[in-house]
Amino acid sequence: MIVEIGHYALALALALSLVQAVMPAWAARSGDAALREVAGPAALGTFACILFAFCALTYAHVTSDFSVQNVVENSHTAKPLIYKISGVWGNHEGSMLLWVLILALFGAWVATAKNSVPPVLRTNTLMVQASVTFVFVLFIITTSNPFARVAPAPLEGNDLNPLLQDLGLAIHPPLLYLGYVGFSITFAFAVAALIEGRIDAVWARAVRPWALIAWSFLTLGIAMGSYWAYYELGWGGWWFWDPVENASLMPWIAGTALLHSIVVMEKRDALKVWTVLLAILTFSLSLVGTFIVRSGLLTSVHSFASDPSRGVFILAILALFIGGALSLFAWRAPTLRQGGLFAPISREGALVMNNLFLVAACATVFVGTLYPLLLEMLTGEKISVGPPFFNWTFIPLALPLLVIVPFGQALAWKRGDAAAAAQRLLAAFAVALVVALAAAALAWGGPVMAPVGLGFGAYLIIGSVLEIWSRARGYGQNRTRDLATTWRRAIGLPRSAWGTALAHAGVGVVVLGIAGQGWATEGLATIRPGGQIASGPYVATLDRVGPTKGENFEETTAFLTLRNRAGDSVGTVETGKRFYPSRRMTVTESGLKTVGVSQIYASLGEVLPDGSIGMRLYYKPLVLLIWIGSLIMAAGGGLSLTDRRMRVGAPVKARAKLPPSAVPAE
Amino acid sequence: MTRKSRRLILIAACGAVLALALGLILSAMSGSIVFFRSPAEVAAQGVAPGTRFRLGGLVKDGSVKRGSDQNVEFAVTDTNATVPVQYRGLLPDLFREGQGIVAEGTLDAGGVFRADTVLAKHDENYMPREVADALKAQGRWQEGGGKEGSKETPKDAAKPASADAALGQRSER
Repeated sequence: MIVEIGHYALALALALSLVQAVMPAWAARSGDAALREVAGPAALGTFACILFAFCALTYAHVTSDFSVQNVVENSHTAKPLIYKISGVWGNHEGSMLLWVLILALFGAWVATAKNSVPPVLRTNTLMVQASVTFVFVLFIITTSNPFARVAPAPLEGNDLNPLLQDLGLAIHPPLLYLGYVGFSITFAFAVAALIEGRIDAVWARAVRPWALIAWSFLTLGIAMGSYWAYYELGWGGWWFWDPVENASLMPWIAGTALLHSIVVMEKRDALKVWTVLLAILTFSLSLVGTFIVRSGLLTSVHSFASDPSRGVFILAILALFIGGALSLFAWRAPTLRQGGLFAPISREGALVMNNLFLVAACATVFVGTLYPLLLEMLTGEKISVGPPFFNWTFIPLALPLLVIVPFGQALAWKRGDAAAAAQRLLAAFAVALVVALAAAALAWGGPVMAPVGLGFGAYLIIGSVLEIWSRARGYGQNRTRDLATTWRRAIGLPRSAWGTALAHAGVGVVVLGIAGQGWATEGLATIRPGGQIASGPYVATLDRVGPTKGENFEETTAFLTLRNRAGDSVGTVETGKRFYPSRRMTVTESGLKTVGVSQIYASLGEVLPDGSIGMRLYYKPLVLLIWIGSLIMAAGGGLSLTDRRMRVGAPVKARAKLPPSAVPAE
Repeated sequence: MTRKSRRLILIAACGAVLALALGLILSAMSGSIVFFRSPAEVAAQGVAPGTRFRLGGLVKDGSVKRGSDQNVEFAVTDTNATVPVQYRGLLPDLFREGQGIVAEGTLDAGGVFRADTVLAKHDENYMPREVADALKAQGRWQEGGGKEGSKETPKDAAKPASADAALGQRSER
């Protein structure tokens, strides 16, 4: 019964989103203001309906209702509760439902943010958001109904793919979707502004927090996915350059560019046309990503064959929204008034370079991801574009960008002084040089790029510290040498300044982590109990191999003791092969031992009949910094959001009416 | 500085960065792209020793020989032709005889494929797309003719975003 109501709620959401999409347009034509106001409540209603549908599907999964096809295919009674819940989005239909839930969530969120978004802009934005929601709900109802029943209902389900029965994967998709579906709202804002024909600093101020929210979540989502792949797949890689990963990386790069160009637009009223185009492109890349993931068209060992009608449907959605938005853009863009002027050497100039490098890097990822598809369509030739391609194209474009980050921060708006900026960063250059040289000397004969990378990381981190430091010290007449005054001023800096510094330092931390992988080592051996395997500065001894049992799997576990080269024990590590009887699948469970921010990573290979086992042992120096840095970046985004000027839904004028504590916590 | 000269500088910067990106893409295209070949194609066209490519097909029944120190030899076949493969490292969990796999590496002078990567899918009925297509092209493919034949292939085992990425299990040296 609940399942049917869920299905019905989804249909209701379809109707409501249609109302929300059509009424404001009708209102604009008829001039009926009351009709225009329908958009807000309709957005809340759509969200409520989709939320209900989502809860209904969750209920079916939690109660193991095997009369529902989706539950049969992805659940099992013996599965732990947490994976019964995460199994809701661990499949095509459910994840599409999560997709539209987040679309509607952002719509409803904007509908409630009455004070930070001008009314006409808000209505138009809701209208655009609703049209996206409508089409995707239509997609779900017609091609991917999660509520389809089966008769007769089987007694047991097929279980969720064991690889997905993992805590990391329980949280990864919601975070990722909050990010890349979240960019739908900046898309809606851009199209709304083009419809209204008014694009100015007010628009930029209204959009900036939304872009920040989406970006922060996307950063978290990508980092989480990367960590999951790292420990769950058992070969120690943290980024595959796989089409599906690239699908989430492309909107992230474009979104990063968007964040920066919005700042220029808000502060200087420049780069308007470009910013609007970026907002459209960012969500377009999210749509392309969804297409790549959902259509199964890409020749990848990672894509599953799926229903071609879905691919065609998504392709049509893609053409409709990207084509529509770009046409509108082409029509309206020439009418936009040009904004503020700036010299090439200036904060704006640096941000333009930031955008250029980011977009160029994004383009190389785009080409590398879609070229194989295009080539196969045109010539039938199958190729694979792997990490060498992306490393060769992406890294040379990313490095100059890293140089610009602290440098641009040190330049003034409008007209900057490059020599003064360089002088301010002298300490950062010096530290970077010392770090790189020290690393090169300590690990002489090792990889060349690793010490260079460490230098870049140190440069970014020190650069961020210097930015806060020099702002707190002040310039010209306000300059102070008193530490207490500096401290007081630093505390008084806007939260967004701290957020920026934190996010940029986070990039530096990620770079340190990536650079550390240049020194990663791998040991490979067939050993028996008592035998040893070495990697980097560590040696592992196999203590025993034995069976262990989980709720819905059986495991053969290898127990190892880790020692450093001096022979002191640093702890134990376990790695195993899990057999899931319901799917007759075996999954390797890697063992991790964290030492500081480095990790030792053990992965069990085959267990041979004579009792020996294949074993792989990696030493991954600084590897945790990759994800810690990502968390710092997202935290920087979050901190910026608490800035008074950027609180979503925070009243600007209402401060007089309300005590500060009554400000909505959003 | 006039508006015009500022614009020129901007356009020059755009042109330079985009030219750099294009140059990188083109040079990477010529150097680091890997083609997919079936054993039949390798037999018919020949691949120069030392050229990296992906070899896809079924692991021939009875061909897997385990040597010492993680060395393993097996043969990849598409039933028309067979290519011997040498690999050192841990094999994916689902690697077994009769399973569809994709191996990446180079041919040596003796016609043995030296793989440094072996990919298999985490599903007992899985067949890499390339392998399935290659078999179809030769008319050796029966719809639904997975090894176990009985169990329905999960229609869409695809998972949100990077879950898909991870469903293939990799094994690299």
